[in-house]
Amino acid sequence: MNDEFSCQEMIEVVTNYLDDALPPDEQQRFERHLSYCVGCSTYLDQMRETIRQTGMVPREESLPPALREAIVAQFRNVKRD
Amino acid sequence: MHGPETLSSETALLAALRSGDEDAFSALVDAYGAAMHRVALTFVRSRAVADEVVQEAWLGALRGLDRFEGRSSLRTWLLRIVANIARTHAVREARTVPFSSVELAREAAEREPALPPDRFQGPDEPHPARWASFPAPWPAEPDGALLSAETRKLIADTIAGLPDGQRIVISLRDVEGWDSAEVCSVLELSETNQRVLLHRARSKVRAALERYLITEPA
Repeated sequence: MNDEFSCQEMIEVVTNYLDDALPPDEQQRFERHLSYCVGCSTYLDQMRETIRQTGMVPREESLPPALREAIVAQFRNVKRD
Repeated sequence: MHGPETLSSETALLAALRSGDEDAFSALVDAYGAAMHRVALTFVRSRAVADEVVQEAWLGALRGLDRFEGRSSLRTWLLRIVANIARTHAVREARTVPFSSVELAREAAEREPALPPDRFQGPDEPHPARWASFPAPWPAEPDGALLSAETRKLIADTIAGLPDGQRIVISLRDVEGWDSAEVCSVLELSETNQRVLLHRARSKVRAALERYLITEPA
């Protein structure tokens, strides 16, 4: 058994690495591989950029007013029961 | 990343809610209503159904308020209610995939590499499982390509086309910015399965960006 990660293994554990969910020995192997592999460093950077960009996808920041009104009206009705 | 959506004094708020204080209720709706609506929209495709789901969730919350024991935050409790109701409606929306945690676990168990095997050297090549050729760097930010509305649309479309589990997990983790524990709690999913689905989803979004940003030399 080779105790280094291959590139193909590296790209499968990127999310675990970014979540700090790798066991300590695997985290060391991951970082050791990164230190010499340009391809995997680029790949990790691109995953980070992907996450950043995904976080900027526009979202609806408030409830549609009619829906908000309906929810509050519901509250009044429940209170009356 | 929850920012303004976190309410500070939940105990006081709960007391006010239980005594029927409408201002307290409105504050709660303003704090968490939009996030609940977005969760509903992640599960069901139609806005009309999502609206119904959110109303039903608030009704459920009102009826369950007396039983709320504070084992989770009010926010997580509300999100879990809306996710459960949305799940039921999604099944009813005549889609065959039930959004149960069992089903999500099954999706996670399917094997699917983050990149096609031909991106790596084969067993007979000099360095098996190393890159066949390094991924091309993406254009630097000042170029603007990454910042465009078009990029965001590409990401949104890619996410919309993902299998259910992957779509829901990446929406909650990376679009909504929830942490791993909250996603697992709301979806009743193990950390491991959640991360498998997230990884697959992110890998596909990265691949879509790569196809868009890198024009192959002819």
